[in-house]
Amino acid sequence: MSLDLLFDPLFRLPFITGLLLAGLLPLIGMYLRLRGEWLAALAFAQMASAGALVAMVMDVPMLLGGALAALVAALVKGLMARAGAHAYALMMLAAWGAGVLLVANHPLAEQAGHALFDGQLYFTGEAHLVASVVAWGVAAPVLGWLNRSLLLAHVFPEFHRARGLDPRPRLMVFDVLAGMVIALATVSIGVMAAFALVFVPPLIASRFARSWRAGLALAALVGMLGYSAAFVLSLGFDQPFGPACALLLVGLVVVSSVKSDRL
Amino acid sequence: MGEVLLRVEGLVAGYATPVAGPLAFTLRRGEILGLAGPNGAGKSTLLKALWGGVKVFAGQVRKPPGMRISHQAQGFTDLRGIPLTGRELLALTGAPSEGLPPWLAERLGLRLDRLSGGQLQFLRLWACLMAPADIVLLDEPSNNLDRAGVDYLADWLGRAHAGQGIVIVSHDPALIERVCTRVVQVDAGSAQG
Repeated sequence: MSLDLLFDPLFRLPFITGLLLAGLLPLIGMYLRLRGEWLAALAFAQMASAGALVAMVMDVPMLLGGALAALVAALVKGLMARAGAHAYALMMLAAWGAGVLLVANHPLAEQAGHALFDGQLYFTGEAHLVASVVAWGVAAPVLGWLNRSLLLAHVFPEFHRARGLDPRPRLMVFDVLAGMVIALATVSIGVMAAFALVFVPPLIASRFARSWRAGLALAALVGMLGYSAAFVLSLGFDQPFGPACALLLVGLVVVSSVKSDRL
Repeated sequence: MGEVLLRVEGLVAGYATPVAGPLAFTLRRGEILGLAGPNGAGKSTLLKALWGGVKVFAGQVRKPPGMRISHQAQGFTDLRGIPLTGRELLALTGAPSEGLPPWLAERLGLRLDRLSGGQLQFLRLWACLMAPADIVLLDEPSNNLDRAGVDYLADWLGRAHAGQGIVIVSHDPALIERVCTRVVQVDAGSAQG
């Protein structure tokens, strides 16, 4: 295992980009988990990857293609709220099918497809870092603004409606925000790494946190620590980042389950 | 006589088809109105119809503009695995913790999924009852409560509700008789009061 590359300036930018996203994705995941919609994260990620590949073939920035596809997914999710997990499954299947066919039939898409599916975050550039900083700047205050509405919609679904207020616009804002952040993460660190960072840290945080606020902080911390460890391991052992990140986070769940059972 | 908060006339409500009503009553500030009746009479449906939560097939619900309604619905949202504390729950609806029974006040810092069913029910009830509102709708508030919980609720309603108008749906005639200033009987097919 060689760790020399860790100190190479070439890898600082992708590391910082991923670290920012690893702190933000679990926050989105906490609200998706609250609403029982964590599977939507995978649908957003798959749609974003397909959109990014289509954009690449059309010579459009992949980030833009991913974001547009995720926006469509967020709108579909909002409009088909009653369909729930069915809509997410259909979006995942459609996006996966389109993505794989594109990779199989277009030489340009092949390398990008592997980067998206394997999670080769070393291809991330300055645009991804800037977008990640902007995402934090937007998402932090918006999530703070949405926090009460999202919690109320789950705990007291009648609260707003009984007062003549429609909660759906705020829920739609959250869907769009989640879609944009997950799209950015997908094109930066890959489909399954993005999904793992949305899903696993909230799972651990929800088990151990003593309050909602503490849960948000713990989820972000677990995400950033897990990501950092996965980055070091994948670079040190010259392995693709996506699988390393997913396996490490799943390992954390297993370890924390044992710890939780003993408490 | 307090200000009229709700005037309900010939209300028939339901989902795909009408399932409850007609119902007629007037609710004034300071009143606690009980909707009593057997299971299946449509009491919960009529309660939801007061704020538009179900389809109204006939009649009308009139209330002055700006009335704030708080509705405690039957049933629990599944809160397992959600790290939300009692204190955070009350903050969501703007309900103060002052006045909570001591056996619950001391547990406000705990996660909701660490509370018993009765403690959680009382906390949910309190969060709705004490939320800033002119009209409070309580649907089977005594469900899951033990004797101490029902007694505390009844005592509190008897002395501290003057600023609101409250409608209670319950199949518990003892609670209705104890706390309500007026009772409307809801039968399958018709209701008047």
